[in-house]
Amino acid sequence: MFAYFIRRLLATIPVMGVVALFVFSLLYISPGDPAAVIAGDIATAEDIARIRAKLGLDEPYLVRFGTWLWALAHGDLGVSIFTGLPVSRLIGQRIEPTLALTLCTLIITVAVAVPVGVVAAWKAGTWIDRSVMGFSVLGFSIPVFVIAYLLIMLFSMQLGWLPVQGYRSINEGWWPFTSHMILPSVALGTVYMALIARITRATMLEVLAQDYVRTAQAKGLSSSQVLIGHALKNASVPIVTVIGIGIALLISGVVVTETVFAIPGIGRLTVDAILRRDYPIIQAVTLLFSGVYVLINLAVDMSYTFLDPRIRY
Amino acid sequence: MSKSWRFPLRAAALGAAAAAFSAAVLLAPASALAQKTIKFIPEADLKSLDPVWTTAYITRNHGYMVYDTLFATDAKFQVHPQMVDKYETSRDRLTWTFTLRDGLKFHDGAPVRSADCVASIERWAKRDVLGQKLGEMTESWTAVDDKTFRLKLKKPFAYVLEALGKPSSNVPFILPERLAKTDAFTQVTDATGSGPFKMVKAEWVPGSKVVYVKNTDYVPRKEAPSWAAGGKVVKVDRVEWLYIPDSATAANAINAGEVDWWQQLPSDLVPLLSKNKDIKIENTDPLGSTGMIRFNHLQPPFNNQKLRQALLYVVNQQDYAIGIAGDPKNGMPCASYFSCGTPLASDAGSAVLSGKRDLEKAKALVKESGYKGEKIVVLDATDQPIVHPQALITTELLKKIGLNAELQAGDWGTLITRRSSKEPVEKGGWSIFHTWWVGPDLATPALNAALRGAGEKAWFGWPNDAEMEKLRDAWFDAPDLAAQKKIAQQMQLRAWVTVPYIPTARFTVPTAYRTNLSGLLVSPMNLMWNVDKK
Repeated sequence: MFAYFIRRLLATIPVMGVVALFVFSLLYISPGDPAAVIAGDIATAEDIARIRAKLGLDEPYLVRFGTWLWALAHGDLGVSIFTGLPVSRLIGQRIEPTLALTLCTLIITVAVAVPVGVVAAWKAGTWIDRSVMGFSVLGFSIPVFVIAYLLIMLFSMQLGWLPVQGYRSINEGWWPFTSHMILPSVALGTVYMALIARITRATMLEVLAQDYVRTAQAKGLSSSQVLIGHALKNASVPIVTVIGIGIALLISGVVVTETVFAIPGIGRLTVDAILRRDYPIIQAVTLLFSGVYVLINLAVDMSYTFLDPRIRY
Repeated sequence: MSKSWRFPLRAAALGAAAAAFSAAVLLAPASALAQKTIKFIPEADLKSLDPVWTTAYITRNHGYMVYDTLFATDAKFQVHPQMVDKYETSRDRLTWTFTLRDGLKFHDGAPVRSADCVASIERWAKRDVLGQKLGEMTESWTAVDDKTFRLKLKKPFAYVLEALGKPSSNVPFILPERLAKTDAFTQVTDATGSGPFKMVKAEWVPGSKVVYVKNTDYVPRKEAPSWAAGGKVVKVDRVEWLYIPDSATAANAINAGEVDWWQQLPSDLVPLLSKNKDIKIENTDPLGSTGMIRFNHLQPPFNNQKLRQALLYVVNQQDYAIGIAGDPKNGMPCASYFSCGTPLASDAGSAVLSGKRDLEKAKALVKESGYKGEKIVVLDATDQPIVHPQALITTELLKKIGLNAELQAGDWGTLITRRSSKEPVEKGGWSIFHTWWVGPDLATPALNAALRGAGEKAWFGWPNDAEMEKLRDAWFDAPDLAAQKKIAQQMQLRAWVTVPYIPTARFTVPTAYRTNLSGLLVSPMNLMWNVDKK
């Protein structure tokens, strides 16, 4: 398995190479010019041309791609065209809020959705099951930003319990951090709770119909032992797969949440960079996301061997 | 039994630690409480720190925080010394000698010297439109000594002080010489200035937060503040610019008291915030901004003057004002090529835009123009709330007068790139785009770049009008305000004929602040000195 792990890890290199080429080419052909944004409304075409030359944007495609790749190979992600700050520093500033938001969302999602899905399967056909399914349909249907505004209206504006916006690092204290994370995590997590709860329920229903579950029940095991020890464990492969995909989706979902809650994360950094054509940031963040996706997929694949002993690589 | 006394070392250590901890706990909040911090939502995110490199208004506003200027313009459009203590001109008005006032220091502790001023002005003059004109007239800038510097002109130039006290982008801020020596097309990323605030660069999170603290070494002038002139007295310890891109979130944040001041309140949120008695909503920009329809003069069909004139007869500024500002109170017609509310604004020839709208006249002009149904591309930026409604209204008007108009939607980044194309529409070119300029930027012929007729060297749209250029040159030579006004009126009359662009509407964006703030300055620029917090 270790050899497989290494092989998969090495396979990420060509994948990232293809992503790098694709991202760079796409940006090269897409309309938009950071020099025009910098120069502003009063600038002349000559001003823009001079700024473009200073930024090296007038170089041929291959020269620009080669320069970027060479710097990348040396661990240099470049410098933001607008702020003049290193891209690695900008990503470093933004990674913590996004990571915190993703982790908090994941914890809340898994902590709520998996038990709820198990209970719904266990009580299939009852009002509990119907309620869970009803809420999951609702969770799917309402956009994240609507949920976010509703939560803000209730918990921040009406009750005054939680802040409207912003981010506090965990270094500033446990409660400031948590209080700023609750609403965004719940807002972002709702759709994933719905997804994971439905998958858990469906998979559990399938497993609960298996002979070995009936045998376990016939042996006199308690419901919790049957549900958690036998059924959930065997249902966990598809659930973990969906959670893995969910993490990837969460990363893209943070863009809206970060905007609504004014959290200075990677999502907003990316959107701002795209709107201003800050190419070094767009390139670096896309590569980062691709790397994270590849690693999450690898982690999910690896987890199968622990969850199902029959799976071997 | 004797008992030897032992110093209770462990207890003492614990006691000392407890005392230190208590002191830290008690003192830290006390010092935090003593700090007056304004939490402010700016109009945009601060991306660049160099107010010469970019004309972005947010960077200009940042410039006013950290830099100072030699001269500054007040609310009556009078220019006053700011960093300069005194100045004199030779009889032939070719030599200007400036002396800096005492106590000027950069944030790094270095004194402000003449060499800093000369280098800063020379760099600014390479980029700014008025600076370039001053540059054309300049023979030399010389640092006489550390506090005195001299300007020698090739010929008398009436606008030396207006240039050095220019209030809006690009503002001639004074940087340390080591930074001002940077090429004018290369960004300066060090925010060391001599202004009333210091930027805390370690706390800067682009896209989210900029932090400034009071510059305790700053020596303000004694005069009362008026626009950027007068005493820049800082009354708070710290200012945090918190960029909140979502307006609903920003409204909730100020409503909940998480921020103190929101620079630009969208008009649709005015009713919501008006209900909060702890929030004041005011218009602090006396000049407002002006929207405009800009034509491509190089390519058909708007290389035809008659067709540009046709649109002039159907543009209803009131529609644009409401489209941009939402609330009629914040949008108003202004049929003048120079910002309404400024000395050169006039209604000379304005009836073509402010009079009764005449669809038939417009259609007749279209016919006279010989229009053959060529496609008209209107560039739209759907992410820009000032550009987007203008584009929609104009496209409808074009269709109404029988033109083959197509709205091409994109974002602002795409629009400002595409507008530099001089190609025909079939090859990615354009026919019309919309934008807006703040009041000071359209106040005079020197600043109003959209009015110029320098052909392919002119601003995007490239009108070619030698007569307009002659009038502009004559304006620079005008001896007094009366003569300037006369020439400005001639320029305006000419513009109603050649139609380099159409001013769509004047609009203002209100500001919202908590009632615990006081002393906000009325100015076209967002200035943060004089503001106090209870």
